[in-house]
Amino acid sequence: MALPNKPMGELKAVRDPEVEEREVDVLIVGGGMAACGSAFEVKKWLGDDQTVLLCDKAAMERSGAVAQGLSAINTYIGDNSPEDYVRMVRNDLMGIVREDLIYDLGCHVDDSVHLFEEWGLPVWKKTEEGKNLDGKKGLKMGSLKGGASPVRTGKWQIMINGESYKRIVAEAAKKAIGDDNVLERCFIVELLLDASKENQIAGAVGFSVRENKVYIIKCKSMMVACGGAVNIYQPRSVGEGKGRAWYPVWNAGSTYTMCMKVGAELSMMENRFTPARFKDGYGPVGAWFLLFKAKTLNGLGEAFAGSDAAKAELEKYAPYGTAAITPTCLRNHLMLFEMKEGRGPIIMDTVTALAELGKTMDKKELKHLESEAWEDFLDMTCGQANLWCATNTEPEKKNSEVMPTEPYLLGSHSGCCGLWTSGPDYDWVPDSYKIKADNGKVYNRMTTVNGLFTSGDGVGGSGHKFSSGSHAEGRMAVKQCVRYAKDHADYSPALAQSKEELVDLVYKPVRTYLDNFEYTTDEDINPEYVKPSGMALRLMKATHEYGGGTATYYLTTSKNLEIIMDLLATMREDCEKLAAGDLHELMRCWEIYHRIWTVESHLRHIQYRKETRYPGFYYQADYPGQDDENWFAFVNSKYDPKSGEWDVFKRDYVQIIPD
Amino acid sequence: MPSFVINEKCDGCKGGDKTACMYICPNDLMVLEPNEMKAYNQEPDQCWECFSCVKICPTQAIEVRGYSDFVPLGSSVMPMLGTEDVMWTCKFRNGTIKRFKFPIRTTPEGAANEYPDLKGQDIESQLLSTEEADGYTIPTPTTV
Repeated sequence: MALPNKPMGELKAVRDPEVEEREVDVLIVGGGMAACGSAFEVKKWLGDDQTVLLCDKAAMERSGAVAQGLSAINTYIGDNSPEDYVRMVRNDLMGIVREDLIYDLGCHVDDSVHLFEEWGLPVWKKTEEGKNLDGKKGLKMGSLKGGASPVRTGKWQIMINGESYKRIVAEAAKKAIGDDNVLERCFIVELLLDASKENQIAGAVGFSVRENKVYIIKCKSMMVACGGAVNIYQPRSVGEGKGRAWYPVWNAGSTYTMCMKVGAELSMMENRFTPARFKDGYGPVGAWFLLFKAKTLNGLGEAFAGSDAAKAELEKYAPYGTAAITPTCLRNHLMLFEMKEGRGPIIMDTVTALAELGKTMDKKELKHLESEAWEDFLDMTCGQANLWCATNTEPEKKNSEVMPTEPYLLGSHSGCCGLWTSGPDYDWVPDSYKIKADNGKVYNRMTTVNGLFTSGDGVGGSGHKFSSGSHAEGRMAVKQCVRYAKDHADYSPALAQSKEELVDLVYKPVRTYLDNFEYTTDEDINPEYVKPSGMALRLMKATHEYGGGTATYYLTTSKNLEIIMDLLATMREDCEKLAAGDLHELMRCWEIYHRIWTVESHLRHIQYRKETRYPGFYYQADYPGQDDENWFAFVNSKYDPKSGEWDVFKRDYVQIIPD
Repeated sequence: MPSFVINEKCDGCKGGDKTACMYICPNDLMVLEPNEMKAYNQEPDQCWECFSCVKICPTQAIEVRGYSDFVPLGSSVMPMLGTEDVMWTCKFRNGTIKRFKFPIRTTPEGAANEYPDLKGQDIESQLLSTEEADGYTIPTPTTV
C-alpha cells in the first residue's frame, strides 16, 4: 500500500481539459484500411474551398486490423467475375446478404490492390512454368495491373509479403490527405446531430490520449470506420493471453455504438464470427488448408469433415451446406459436433500435408516451403510463431491443435454485421436498398442518418471485403461524403450541446475519479466508482455465460437472453460511474462503454431472429435450425436517440444475382 | 505475449523527437516514465503481440515474452526490420534456431505515389479517381 492514493498512469488527467473547436466539410473517423482508403481518395474530389480532417485513436502507420501485417490479400477479383464474388459471399453467409453492396465492391476492389502493388507491396507471382515467386523476385513478371498472374491460394486470395502492408498503405494515405489534416491519438467517442435539422450529422466529440484536450469538430458529412468489436466475450485465455485476440484487441465496437446512438439503423447485428484458428496463438489456418492442402482430424485421427456423418449433417443446411465450399459457420459446426460427441480435440495435420508436398520437391524447394509456412505466421500473427517455438513445434514433425475462438463482431471478414447503408444509385439496385437523403439524392454507403457514411467493418450485410475491399470501400464512401458536402454547401452545422456540456460528457470519468479517489486506501476499490478494467470483466462474464460464449459451446436460450438484457441495463447504469485517473484509463472507459452498447445490439438481434441461421457461430436453443419461410430476411434495428427506445424489425431480402 | 523493455538498453529515445514505442503502439500501451527516462508496457494483458514496438525501437531494447497463461518459457522471436526486408530469428525452447528473411517493400520508403495532382472529374459517377483516369467502365450485372 502506498498512501496517498494516486492515479497509476503516466499521463494524468485533469478536471478541466483544454478545448479545441474545429469545423471542416468532411470528417473521417478511424485510421485503418477503410479510413486510409478515404484519406487517399478524398482530396481527389474535394473542392479548393473544402476542408477535411481525419482522427485516428492510434498512429496510422500501425493502426487497425492490419497493424502487424498480412500474408495474403483475401479479395482480388482478377479473372473472376463480380457476380461469382456475390455468389461466394452469399453462400458463406447463409443466403442473406446485400448483393448490391457486394457486387459494387467487387467492381472496385482490384483498383486498390493495384495501387498497393504500385506503392511497393510485394505481391507473389506465378511464372509461366507454374512456379511461385515471392514479391521481390516476382517483380520481373511485371505487375498485376499489367497482366501478371498472382499466386492464388483459393479462388479469391492472393499471396503477398505483407509485413509492411499497413505502413505502405498509410504512407500513401497520409501523403495524399496531408499531415496537417490528420489528428493521431484523438479518440472520437460520440457523434453529434444537428440542433435544428432533423436526422442530420453535425459533428463529433473526442479527446486526445496524449494531452488533456477535448476536440469538438463540426462537419457537413462524416465517414466513420473504426473496425469491429473485440474482447466482448470472455476470451479462451484470461490472463496475459486476453490480449491475444484473433481480431485487433483495440477494436471496441466504436463504429456501431457511435452510429447507433445518433439513430443510424443497424443490420444483421446477430451475425458474429468465431473463427477456428490454431489453438491459443490464433494463427491463421487459411494457408494451411488452401496452400498446403492440410486436413483437420478429430481426436481419433479421423478426417471427420469428409465423413458420411458430416455430409448428412451438411445436407440439413442445403443449399449452403452442400455447396462446393462449405460455409465458415458450418465448418465450425462440424468441428463442434466432434468435440461435443467426445471426439476432440481437433488437430491440423501439418505433418502429412508437408510430407505430401515434399514428395515432388527438391531440398531447396522444401526449405522454401518451410519458410512459407513460418512467414504465414510471422507476417500477421507473430505470437503464434513464438508459441510454436516455445512448444518445440516444427510443423513438418508435430501437428497443432485447432479451436474455434470466442465470438467477434465485424462486417469485413467472414461476418456481416454493421450499419444499414445505401447501395449505389444504379437502375439494377432495388429501391428498398437505396436511402434517399433530404435532397432526394442517393448517396452510396450513406447510413440512415443524413451525411453519415461508413465502410469496412461498418457496413452490414456484405462480408468478405477483407483488407483490400475495406480500402476500396473507404474510397467509395468518401467520394460520396464529398459529394454530399458539395450538395449541402449552404448547410452550416450547429450543435445542440454547449461546449461545457460536451466537456462534461467526455471527462465525466475523470471528474468521478478526482471527486472520490482519496476516500479509500486503494484507488482501484471504491464504492463510488468502477474502473474500466473491472467493467470489462463484468461484460465478458455475462456474455460468456448467457450470451452464447465458449462456456456453452455458443448456445443461448430465450431465458438466458432475458437475463443478460437485465445485466446489460445495469451495466449501462453503472457506466455512469466509470472512473479514470489518467488518459489511458479514460480511453478504456469509453471503449468499454462502446462495447456494452454494441453487445446489447448483438443480443437484441439474436433475441429477435427466431431461428438458428448460423450454426457454428451461435445456437438459439429455443429455435434450432433455419426457418426460411419466416426468417429469410434482414434483421435490422434502430435506437431512437430522443426516446431512448429500441425498435427491432425485418427488412426484405432481394435477390439480384441469379443462383 | 507482452512486450517488455530491457532496462539497460532503453534510453527513452532521448535523442529523438518522440518516444518511438509510445508513438507506434496501436493500443496505447507503451509509455515513458519521465524521471528514469525509460519506457514500459503499462497494460501487458492488452498486448496484441503485434511487434510494432519491437520493430520500431531504435536501440533494440524491446522484446516479447510469451503470455504466461499458455506459453512455456525459453523461446524468442525477434525481427530486424530493414528498408527492403525483415529478418526473423526464431529460437526454440530446445535451442533450435531458425532464421527467415522476407521482402517487405519494393519501393524506397516515402516513395508511395499519392497521385498529388490527380483531380476527379465527375462527382456524380461511381468511379474512383484512378479508375476514372484509366478510363475504366463499371460493369453491370446480369440480374435475376
